[in-house]
Amino acid sequence: MALNTDPNIPDPDGFYAELLGAHEGLSDEASTALNARLVLILANHIGDRAILTEAFAAASKSEA
Amino acid sequence: MPLDDRYQLAFKLYPYERSADQDATGGPVRHPVVVMGGGPIGVATALDLGLQGIPVVLLDDHEGVGQGSRAICFAKRTLEIAHRYGCGQPMIDKGVLWNVGKVFHDDRQIYEFNLLPEDGHRNPAFINLQQPHFERFLVERVREAQAQGAPIDLRGKNRVDTVDVKDDHVVIDITTPDGPYQIEADWLIGCDGASSPLRKMMSLDFEGRVFEDNFLIADITMKADFPTERWFWFEPHFKSGDSALLHKQPDGVWRIDFQLGWDIDRKEELKEENIRRRLDAMLGPDVDYDLVWTSIYTFQCRRMTQFRHGRVIFAGDAAHQVSPFGARGANSGIQDVDNLGWKLGLVLNGTAPESLLDSYDVERRHGADENILNSSRSTDFITPKSKISHVFRNAVLDLAEHHAFARPLVNSGRLSVPCVYDGLPLNSPDALPDGPARTRPGAPCPDAPLGDGFLLDHLGGDFVLLGVGVGVPDQIEAEGLALRGLSVPADGDIMDRYLGAAKGAVYLIRPDQHVAGRWPSFDEPAIAAAVSRALGKD
Ligand SMILES: Cc1cc2nc3c(=O)[nH]c(=O)nc-3n(C[C@H](O)[C@H](O)[C@H](O)COP(=O)(O)OP(=O)(O)OC[C@H]3O[C@@H](n4cnc5c(N)ncnc54)[C@H](O)[C@@H]3O)c2cc1C
Repeated sequence: MALNTDPNIPDPDGFYAELLGAHEGLSDEASTALNARLVLILANHIGDRAILTEAFAAASKSEA
Repeated sequence: MPLDDRYQLAFKLYPYERSADQDATGGPVRHPVVVMGGGPIGVATALDLGLQGIPVVLLDDHEGVGQGSRAICFAKRTLEIAHRYGCGQPMIDKGVLWNVGKVFHDDRQIYEFNLLPEDGHRNPAFINLQQPHFERFLVERVREAQAQGAPIDLRGKNRVDTVDVKDDHVVIDITTPDGPYQIEADWLIGCDGASSPLRKMMSLDFEGRVFEDNFLIADITMKADFPTERWFWFEPHFKSGDSALLHKQPDGVWRIDFQLGWDIDRKEELKEENIRRRLDAMLGPDVDYDLVWTSIYTFQCRRMTQFRHGRVIFAGDAAHQVSPFGARGANSGIQDVDNLGWKLGLVLNGTAPESLLDSYDVERRHGADENILNSSRSTDFITPKSKISHVFRNAVLDLAEHHAFARPLVNSGRLSVPCVYDGLPLNSPDALPDGPARTRPGAPCPDAPLGDGFLLDHLGGDFVLLGVGVGVPDQIEAEGLALRGLSVPADGDIMDRYLGAAKGAVYLIRPDQHVAGRWPSFDEPAIAAAVSRALGKD
């Protein structure tokens, strides 16, 4: 399996609102910590090392 | 330079005695092997060679083992090797066995683990034992072997000052309390520790990474009732350091380790009142204790580019250095000795070409790289190098308290296991693809019960052909080598560890108990080819 970069979340607006909602009222520091926990939880759920490597590459490329 | 001790001795084990070499008149006396340095690695090297009947001279600039236990954790593989040398049992008898570890963050225990060692091994996963005792047991075994005729010569207060490395020997200048003398060695083994003077004499490199941190060790005796467990704190609430470790040693001694950070006043921190302040905060006001040994260490992860330089071969800390997290220093050095001993023995008696020693270089650099990688990763987890790595580290710790998935990410040291020499030149291709991965070519043989004892008791020291559920001859000749055959029934742990889905198997096992090749049946030409390869002839 390869990294799925096609739309995959059935309820994009709802998901996005929930993501922002999770950060609401948090200091920058607390937000950063929350993001870190989220990355770890999601990464574990995916589990597949090759896909995770692809995800790192995709995320790093968007930055450039 | 005067011959003053650089450190205090815990045990005086090889007092200076005048050697006949110092009075030689016909030029310097030549020895087949000289070992420089009488730490654990040097003494083990002398023992390995001496037990093979190879004359070996060991030179150390002190008369015994230094005060202060650096290493405390000795791993199963080290104990297996020590057992082969005949000194494993006293180590186990004296050592402290432990299986349970607890991890704390701030004022909370976030989880507890049990090493759950696999059944059916002679040796435990780890013991805790002060390094001076480990070294003492090795030297006591040397004394016993000497009494039985092993040609080992330990020379205390013999400092190597210069070497002249020739194509086929090395000339060594030595200082003693009676003044200087010279000897020659066909082979010189450099076991002179992390700051290796030999490396400097030969202008050889030692590159790697410096970690900007200081750790305070306090070995203490106390009456308090802590269990025999490994406790590790990240950012402890008692604020004695950025991390802290509590671990039990024999004789009621506890190892406590505090991470102090980079910018510290070393002298100030080593004052007893300051050490006690940190210990009191950790242990509480009511615990009485005595300080046994204290020290501050910094560390580096680095290795030499090459371990063999013609007739000079480096082993132990002289060749590679790791952080203490994971207990990979002495443990990996003992694996160097295990790897080098038989190769040097076969080269010296003419069975194998000199090029076999290049495989020591390749295999043990592979081992060192694995150890450096593991120990650097532990260090990066314990001492985050940036703000974001600190954020992720603490996210792992927070999650680990509630979610099992995060616990394997917590890294306070991945405890030492031997490496597999995957893909390296002495291995023959795996002809038993259904066999277990853990016994593939290059792997160290896992132990298993056999008869009244254990499988590893029957392996090692020389090449062995092991038939599992397949009969092999008691002895065959291959490449000038008498191969000892051992046929064992296919049942129990041996079946799980050596057969897997295969019906039968024949293993060629090296003198250091690593697998050289394996086949589904007794295939003499394939075995002869594998022996040739394992002797470095290809
Ligand atoms: C705090 C700490 C904790 C550690 N914990 C562990 C652990 O739990 N488990 C583990 O496996 N490892 C551990 N280690 C690492 C372990 O202590 C070393 O890897 C081990 O001592 C290396 O042994 P060696 O024989 O290579 O070198 P050394 O022990 O350094 O011995 C070198 C010897 O060479 C001699 N010498 C030096 N120069 C000369 C000369 N010119 N002529 C003659 N002789 C000379 C020295 O006097 C010394 O006797 C720890 C290290 C530290 C600092």
